Amino acid sequence: MGYFPFIVVAWILAVGLYGIVTSRHLVHQIICLIVVQSSTYVLLLGVGYVTGAVAPYYFDITVHTPAVDPVVQALTLTDVVVEAAVTALLCSFAIQAHKRFGTLDPQELVSLKG
Amino acid sequence: MTPTQRRWVFLAGVAGLVAFYLWGLLGLPGFGNYPGPYGFVINRVAVAQTNATGVVSAVNFDYRGFDTVGEEFILFAAAAGVATVLRRLRGERERPAVDEAADRNVPPTSGAVRMVALLFTGPLVVVGWWLASHAQANPSGGFQGGVVLASAFILIYLAGEFLVFKRFSPVDVTDAVEAVGAGGFAAVGVAAVGLGLAYLTNFLDKGQFYGSVSSSGTIALISFFVGLEVAAAFIMIIAELLEQTLFIRGGG
Repeated sequence: MGYFPFIVVAWILAVGLYGIVTSRHLVHQIICLIVVQSSTYVLLLGVGYVTGAVAPYYFDITVHTPAVDPVVQALTLTDVVVEAAVTALLCSFAIQAHKRFGTLDPQELVSLKG
Repeated sequence: MTPTQRRWVFLAGVAGLVAFYLWGLLGLPGFGNYPGPYGFVINRVAVAQTNATGVVSAVNFDYRGFDTVGEEFILFAAAAGVATVLRRLRGERERPAVDEAADRNVPPTSGAVRMVALLFTGPLVVVGWWLASHAQANPSGGFQGGVVLASAFILIYLAGEFLVFKRFSPVDVTDAVEAVGAGGFAAVGVAAVGLGLAYLTNFLDKGQFYGSVSSSGTIALISFFVGLEVAAAFIMIIAELLEQTLFIRGGG
């Protein structure tokens, strides 16, 4: 395996950014941002993984069983929640942009209007 | 800038980013060779210190509880932001709930959809509460439970219509529940300060049995408050977005 999961991270990040840059639709752009953020989940979980270890839940295993790092898993949970919140907020901006400018194409949203 | 130029600028930039990333990667230990020791230490001591068998929840609601307060308030602020951004604008009025295109042939919600949605509403509420109250035992917690609870309300929307959804989740009640959820979390922390401990110290009795609902002190309590907050925030966000369908612009 070596570095394969980390290379996947770079790939997800790059395709997400490509989508944001070339997007012609705000909702599509928001989804691309979700893709970019997904790369951080893979990175965090990949960093904390221990070969052959189990999930850090000691409900039915002994405390001495090797388990993966719980801190990065908690960070990923935080990340998911923040992403959901940010997505909701961005969607509401997209709705208002469409109301005001009549378009969702970011390249036509060039000038600010009072 | 034309789209083609934009693409080339982007490709140059992302090539540099990926090159630096891969360069940095060489300094990391390979996948599966977690160097520790932080994760190992927490895994070893968390069960004895908190009586929680779910170490991820112990990290979220106890060791890194302060970060989670911030996270919860990000959600709180985002819900408030959605409500603010989607407020009624000048020249907008709320559309009366009548069909403006009466000749349009809208198929009614099928009986199967209604049946399944109503059938799942009750079980989803139970599962949501179960998840929100078992953070200390297994891979659950207030965040997951809250989202499941909110989806029970969205099933009501699916089974009926928006006005029914609004009756089941009135704005005043969701606002109050959200405030109780967010404030409760902060208050648990302040209560620890009142006892002369550090903010968010786990000051409650940790119980006798690992992983039971009564174990782990404030972890279960905080998870409960987070469940309330998350459920209310998501119901509010969905309601705000759905309400947009009732708005029409003046003269439009």
